[in-house]
Amino acid sequence: MKIKLNIWKQANAKAKGKFEKYELDGVDAEMSFIEMLDYLNEKLIKEGKEPVAFEHDCHEAICGCCSLYINGHPHGPGSETATCQVHMRSFKDGATITVEPWRAKSFPVLKDLMVDRNAFDKIMTAGGFVSIDAGQAPDANANLVGKIDADKAFEAAACIGCGACVAACKNSSATLFVAAKVSQLALLPQGKVEAKRRALNMVAKMDELGFGSCTNTGACEAECPKGIGIDFIAKLNREYLCASFSEAE
Amino acid sequence: MSKFFTSSIGQKFFMSITGLFLMVFLKVHLILNSLLLFGDGELFNQAANFMSSNPIMKVVEPILALGFIVHIFYASFITLKNQMARPQKYKVANKTKASWASKNMYILGGLILIFLVIHLANFFWKVKFGTVAAISYDGGQTELHDVYGLVAGLFKGWWWYDALYIAGAIFLFLHLTHGFWSAFQTIGWDNDKWIGRLKVIAYIYAVIIAGGFAFIPLFFLIKYVV
Repeated sequence: MKIKLNIWKQANAKAKGKFEKYELDGVDAEMSFIEMLDYLNEKLIKEGKEPVAFEHDCHEAICGCCSLYINGHPHGPGSETATCQVHMRSFKDGATITVEPWRAKSFPVLKDLMVDRNAFDKIMTAGGFVSIDAGQAPDANANLVGKIDADKAFEAAACIGCGACVAACKNSSATLFVAAKVSQLALLPQGKVEAKRRALNMVAKMDELGFGSCTNTGACEAECPKGIGIDFIAKLNREYLCASFSEAE
Repeated sequence: MSKFFTSSIGQKFFMSITGLFLMVFLKVHLILNSLLLFGDGELFNQAANFMSSNPIMKVVEPILALGFIVHIFYASFITLKNQMARPQKYKVANKTKASWASKNMYILGGLILIFLVIHLANFFWKVKFGTVAAISYDGGQTELHDVYGLVAGLFKGWWWYDALYIAGAIFLFLHLTHGFWSAFQTIGWDNDKWIGRLKVIAYIYAVIIAGGFAFIPLFFLIKYVV
């Protein structure tokens, strides 16, 4: 198949970027989107041109590295999928595909389609952990976790931290990400101990880093490659409000 | 707790509780307005005069005004901050599925505010500062403001006011379809089961409130003009 690409090119974080047009022939419908970009880059290198920079790693939709805003959708067409699992058969022959980086003040563009998502790491450092003695694996029955809580915590733990929620949100809000991380730990006995402080610190860090606030549009949930629901945001709000009224900080 | 007022969730919490308070007010307002539909206005005039002369209302009125002010203030502040979170916009506008109302709450709120100003000028101002004709139902012993006459006069005399009040109700409908369930979500009173239920209740509430308010000008048009 033959496609037309409209890709954001930006030399570095400080440069003023612009869209560059490419025409690509001989694209296989079974190629993944990432393979198609590799194919484009091979062509560009052969022609002595600058290849397009983009982030990718596992190609199994579990690492959260790929981060492309394709034709108005983070991670492109289809639901519950990351860019690496989008295949070219999702596009029509002759289609024009516009590829942009995640757009948010807190995710500055490093080069072309690559953004700096360190803000998520900073939020995690603020409280997305359990500070218990991590010695040997405890006995299986030492910490009893109910099936419902275990399933719910697992659902939240599916978050790969790709930032599609921020990219989809009209407010560039990281609330779904923080909600998933706070909920995952708050539901389990090991995480309950620090639940209050965690909710307060992670939300404070999220605000400090310049993410917007949640207005419950549900766009994050619709684009999340792991299908994490906004009911976790209600849980985060609950955790945060309770912590605010009870924690003396 | 000191950070609560400036945190994103704290600010949304105030949006949410003022929103819930204003939704209770809308319900009371509609119940009283529904008296316009019965009889020749005596019932409504009695109720309207009771409400405007009641000492409790002297306390409730400023609280209500404060509810509006806090809601509008935080909405403006949050919207401005949210706009700043994405300095460079996308070339291809976001195509993610989300309700139109949820993405345009501030615009809808602004339209409702414009309507509210006109609405206050139409009725509240006139009743409060006394340019309303007097009416008596007991042979002149007690004189009441003829608020019914004021309402009926407006709705049967100027068709564009009927259109304006119906438009106001439509904006309110859209605002409530998102605002109602969203308020519960923000205070954390929601989960994967209740999210669907609350959205349904939001539509029912919005239909009753907006439909009720829109019916009043239509009622006067049918009663006096058609």
